[in-house]
Amino acid sequence: MNHVISVLTENKPGVLARVSSMFARRGFNIHSLAVGPTSDPAVSRMTVVVDGPEMEQIIKQLYKLVHVVKVMELSGADRIEREIMMVRVNAEPKRRHEVLDAARIFGADPVDLGVNTVTFELSGAPHRLSDFLELMRPYGIVDLVKSGRIALAKDPKTKEAARAALRSA
Amino acid sequence: MTTLSGAAALVRALEHEGVDVIFGVPGGAILPAYDPILDSPIRHILARHEQGAGHMASGYAQACGRVGVVWATSGPGATNLVTPLQDAHMDSIPVVAITGQVPTTAIGMDAFQEAHTWGISMPCTKHNYLVTDVADIPDVIHEAFHLASTGRPGPVLVDLPKNILNSEMTWHRPGQLNLPGYKPSVKGHPKQVISAIEMIHRSERPVLYVGGGVIRAGAAALLRQFAELANLPAVTTLMARGAIPDSHPLALGMPGMHGTYTAITAMQRADLLVAIGARFDDRVTGDPASFAPLAKVVHIDVDPAEIGKVRNPEIPIVGDAYAVLEQLIAAMHKRLGEELAPRRDAWFATLHQWKAEHPLFYEQDPDGKIQQPHVVEELHRLTGGDAIVVAGVGQHQMWTSQHWGFERPNTWINSGGLGTMGFAVPAAVGAKVAMPDELVFAIDGDGCFQMTFQELITASVEKIPVKVAVMNNHSLGMVKQWQRLFYNERYSAVDLTDHTPDYVKLAEALGCAGLRADHPSEVTPTLEKALAIDDRPVVVEFRCDPDAMVFPMVPAGASNDDVIERLEDLG
Repeated sequence: MNHVISVLTENKPGVLARVSSMFARRGFNIHSLAVGPTSDPAVSRMTVVVDGPEMEQIIKQLYKLVHVVKVMELSGADRIEREIMMVRVNAEPKRRHEVLDAARIFGADPVDLGVNTVTFELSGAPHRLSDFLELMRPYGIVDLVKSGRIALAKDPKTKEAARAALRSA
Repeated sequence: MTTLSGAAALVRALEHEGVDVIFGVPGGAILPAYDPILDSPIRHILARHEQGAGHMASGYAQACGRVGVVWATSGPGATNLVTPLQDAHMDSIPVVAITGQVPTTAIGMDAFQEAHTWGISMPCTKHNYLVTDVADIPDVIHEAFHLASTGRPGPVLVDLPKNILNSEMTWHRPGQLNLPGYKPSVKGHPKQVISAIEMIHRSERPVLYVGGGVIRAGAAALLRQFAELANLPAVTTLMARGAIPDSHPLALGMPGMHGTYTAITAMQRADLLVAIGARFDDRVTGDPASFAPLAKVVHIDVDPAEIGKVRNPEIPIVGDAYAVLEQLIAAMHKRLGEELAPRRDAWFATLHQWKAEHPLFYEQDPDGKIQQPHVVEELHRLTGGDAIVVAGVGQHQMWTSQHWGFERPNTWINSGGLGTMGFAVPAAVGAKVAMPDELVFAIDGDGCFQMTFQELITASVEKIPVKVAVMNNHSLGMVKQWQRLFYNERYSAVDLTDHTPDYVKLAEALGCAGLRADHPSEVTPTLEKALAIDDRPVVVEFRCDPDAMVFPMVPAGASNDDVIERLEDLG
């Protein structure tokens, strides 16, 4: 079972090494990890997708790192998540149209055209990316790169407003 | 405004933290710091090996509770600190380590004596720094001491490139701490405290499971007060020996792999464990699935990550042992009002019966070979137990922990979590520096002693009169015990020979007094002689039974229901 945790850290040198070293030495598996700045230049955000049941331990061990400021587990219903990938698919001229048609349905953009391949870019929820990959697999996937997931908690106020509306109805 | 070199700022920052002694070994990259230390009131103690300097800092911190400080040069100086840092990390000892580093322009160039100290030390410290701006030195040192000594204590390393030490800065006193991600809990949640008191009050077979956190928090007196108030029998782990006096009627001794039958079995039969500053270590629990199967658990720890790591408690309380014990005492007073705590007569009757029927056991044949517990007990008798006892790792450590009656906290210093052989000699030197008026007696094994005895040179040159008993069974005794029990007596690489080195000559060569006892009748007079020498370090060799084994024993991974009390139990 994949869990998504959002980790706010001080933007200090080496903080990624501290986080990844902690995962390695405690034997926690990282499925993906994406790091980037936040609106506050002093703070970075890591979105970590982890396997395994030890979520409570993982969160507590993250908090033990001095540069980790806040850790949130984002449950499936309460998060918005996106991933970006580029995938190069076999597409000989005679099958190219077929491949491009399928890609259009998914909203995947062709970003590079080779003699016998097309490379698509697709961003979206992780399951859309997997669905697209399944569709492309029969043509032959030549190369694939994924960014790792990024996620944010949904605005909690939206939920509250919905509940309030429900109560007044 | 004073302009200082980074090195002078470092020394001034250390003075500002109240440091009175630094254990260290110089070298190229740390050289700039060795100049201003000449003009500082801080005493520098030149160790013979950086590992020794690191354990000295740990021994110092454990004896007096203040932060121990070690410094060393880059490269090998820093890598030699890895063992003491990990040791301090496992046993939550407040230590600040400062290492020189190659100049920032040379970092990553495979420069002479370069090692990636920051990366190497990351997993074996609570936190670490690589300073790249000389102006950061006062604040970084202040943060390092704060981190080392608050919350769950531990080692913090500060890596200082040589050009940073040589740069100039305008001195400023350290400002506000800027650690937004570091907020250790002190007080426990009041509702959880009240729930815990209710559960404790209702329990019929409670056991206080006391760990080293109680010692680190300076909470031994409160612990005793709480145990008495709530009428709770207490086990003290290897790291907590002395947290409640062994002579106290509520004390059950040490639990775990070589614990007393009563301590181990009390936990197995308990309906409630109140763990304070303890971490359900595998040496205590044995097979965790069968550990204390009937017990509900109240777990009090300053480190939230320890709670639920091994065992999910019914009532978790995150907080400092001292603060939470104060809360527990107040809440228990309120709960009891005019009443006394439940008498729990049946439970105490059972415990007393176990104590009577399953005492610690050894036999000293007056014409046989010296038994190590006999030496421990004789030393205790001669000193009235009034000493700081330091041990290495192995059989001698277990026998000392079992047979020395600990009456005070901070009088037992050993390597618990990491199990670092060679810990005793340097840690004893550090302890003696911290507490010069106390008798500091290291009880060491011959295997351990051979790993770090060079620090006795430090002791004799620096006039630090520690005493060291070398329990010479001319073997790596604990390994031998396991080969005997679990490898069909196929002894492999455990024989240390019975004649080399000559410990008396060796002691004298190191500038110490050297004494030897061969026969049980010589134990007491030799100890008396050793205790009478106080102008230099003393090494006393006891030629001990090479075949003796430590019991009780719960084999690694076995259930604590299966205590082996003596060899015959194995059938």
